[in-house]
Amino acid sequence: MKYITIHNNQAVPVSEIPESDYEAFLELNAGFVQQSVERHCVSYFGYVSGAGVKLVCCIADDQSHEIYVSSSLVQTDKKLPSFTARHTCFEKFERELHENFGISYSDHPWMKPVRYAHDRYDKGDTIGDYPFYSIESEELHEVGVGPIHAGVIEPGHFRFICNGEKILHLEIQLGYQHRGIEKLFVEKKPLAQLATLAENIAGDTAVGHSVAFAQLWECLSGFETSRDVDYARTIALELERIAIHTGDLSAVCTDIAYQLGSSVFGRLRTPIINFMQEWCGNRLSKGLIRPGRNKYPFTQALAGRLTEVLDRFEPDFIEMNRELFLLPSALSRFERTGVVTAEDASAIGAVGMAARASGLSRDIRKSHPHALYPELGHEPVVKRHGDVYSRVQVRKEEVYQSVAYLRKLLEDIPGNAEKETLQSPGRDLFALSLVEGWRGEICHCAVTGPDGSLKVYKVKDPSFHNWMALALAVRNNEISDFPICNKSFNLSYCGHDL
Amino acid sequence: MLNNLKILFHQGKQYIPDVTTAKVPGIFRGRPVISPEPADGQRLADVCPTGAISVNPVCIDLGKCTFCGECALMFPEKIRFTTDYKISVTERDQLVVKEGADQPLVIDPDKVRKEIRKIFGHSLKFRQVSAGGDNSCEWELNACGNVNFDMGRFGIEFVASPRHADGIVITGPITENMAEPLQICYDAVPAPKIIILAGTDAISGGIFAGSPALDRRFIEKYPIDLFVPGNPVHPLSFINGVLSLMGRKPPVKPQ
Repeated sequence: MKYITIHNNQAVPVSEIPESDYEAFLELNAGFVQQSVERHCVSYFGYVSGAGVKLVCCIADDQSHEIYVSSSLVQTDKKLPSFTARHTCFEKFERELHENFGISYSDHPWMKPVRYAHDRYDKGDTIGDYPFYSIESEELHEVGVGPIHAGVIEPGHFRFICNGEKILHLEIQLGYQHRGIEKLFVEKKPLAQLATLAENIAGDTAVGHSVAFAQLWECLSGFETSRDVDYARTIALELERIAIHTGDLSAVCTDIAYQLGSSVFGRLRTPIINFMQEWCGNRLSKGLIRPGRNKYPFTQALAGRLTEVLDRFEPDFIEMNRELFLLPSALSRFERTGVVTAEDASAIGAVGMAARASGLSRDIRKSHPHALYPELGHEPVVKRHGDVYSRVQVRKEEVYQSVAYLRKLLEDIPGNAEKETLQSPGRDLFALSLVEGWRGEICHCAVTGPDGSLKVYKVKDPSFHNWMALALAVRNNEISDFPICNKSFNLSYCGHDL
Repeated sequence: MLNNLKILFHQGKQYIPDVTTAKVPGIFRGRPVISPEPADGQRLADVCPTGAISVNPVCIDLGKCTFCGECALMFPEKIRFTTDYKISVTERDQLVVKEGADQPLVIDPDKVRKEIRKIFGHSLKFRQVSAGGDNSCEWELNACGNVNFDMGRFGIEFVASPRHADGIVITGPITENMAEPLQICYDAVPAPKIIILAGTDAISGGIFAGSPALDRRFIEKYPIDLFVPGNPVHPLSFINGVLSLMGRKPPVKPQ
């Protein structure tokens, strides 16, 4: 066996991950994803081991609910054949390996920096020197946007090559938000600091990332979560989904200058995030999720409040949607705008709601369920067209779905279980945790050292894959449609840059 | 048309009539109060993920605090967070809340640069720069302009270009990769100009303090006009902070 099969939130001794020579490692993993569209790479990372770099590749199989983990030890002095030449979904992972460790590839088509990480291999290269793709032509012009944008959003640079008003090509350069998070995970020791770090990876996905961290830490420590802990996490994840999807519907309306939709969806988000504040004291749920405990138990009183909030939210949300989805001026901006085909989505390894809008049924809640998702019997919302309309529809329907899940969960509130003590993580373990955040699949991986402390920590936000989907979506669209394409994805800069 | 009016009607009244006295729902953690109760100082300090708690006497630095509430959960007798969201100040050391202190944090008009009130007393436009921010403070700053908080009614707005701005609002711990764009943006704002640090990450680096991937020299170089703590900042903290900086009392609309 050249690989080990694990499940979501499972820890195994690092020594049990089979190590193959690079050629066999490549064949194995490229073969996995080539064989079936149900498989995709959830994480592929490296860490320094002796004089070489140990590569670890994790392929998730959505049908069998398994994750295949394999590894290889390589030297950085010779060029390797790339995974990317076999399947595009490895593209960014290999660029990251190149940037961090200086591994070079003989046939990688797009070897460019990912985020100009502080501890990158080549410090001589700075973010101002990014090698943009350009085309020599008298007909074409370039438009540069960013890093600082016109709105109150995060920084990133977009370089468009346009033919008249039409976008021929978009290159997205990121890295401005790099805070050195993965390194801080290894350097910081107290659990309180690590948990705080996890919820600050991407503030709009505070629940998603902190649940991933908590689950990872618990499986490394051999901790079994009680039902009330899983319950609180499931509720928080679904509330986060409702809040952001609603907010993004507002943003999409803003970008098509539809004032009513913008205001109504905008204000509908408020009671949801204010409920989070009632529950845990923070509108973005920071401070709520901690490993090994239920910091703010979900009480009967809170359940009553949430029912009230949902009862008032739902009719207004439905009413506004009915109006929006029948409005010709809105639909003409949504339909056939920013199309990502199912083929492209699968090629680039797109995940989450963006993948589902393009016909790929990728959803961790179904394929690798955790917390209380197994009993919710989740069926992903999947659309076929891959345009802004599909992504807006996915958001709308996922809000309905989440509201229904919350109502179901509210029927039976578990009591607080007896407190178990959380041990420290075991020695020399590898573990992986997948969580379906509102954007999509969040993957955290960790390797512990001989003293049980974190030796490697790898974070992957869904945006890591999906930025490429945005770049593909805008091709052959009017440049004026860029804002709605962008908002229909609403990707994370900080989650990508780490 | 009728449908639109119906939808409008169904929303009811959403705006907060008086942002200076509005109550926040739930267990919002604003300005803490530290009681003189004896407590194991070292254990208390160790609870804090960002080293915001110092001992002898016990103090909480709101510029470092992530408002996670861990200290108040572990030492409920010692530390209590009030729902007072008016925590914006003009001096960095005002953010250190001392044991026994239970007064609101106020902005001393004499400590505000003269030109701010003279020139910007009625309208204030900001350029927002996220320099490693995690999109939570950015989110809340956007919320300041929504139909609930409606900061625009005071003439305070975020604008698209530094050329149109009277100052910048910085979020995030300031990454090495954003240091130069931040400087360029600041230079493009016409003088006199204001700098506001919004959020714990911007004020002290927060949980990222000490990361080598940051470059915080910008903050040491220029005087900071307003510190707005929070993780993320609450819209009411921001709006009230800016209003006091401008020396304005918002007109109270009849209910």
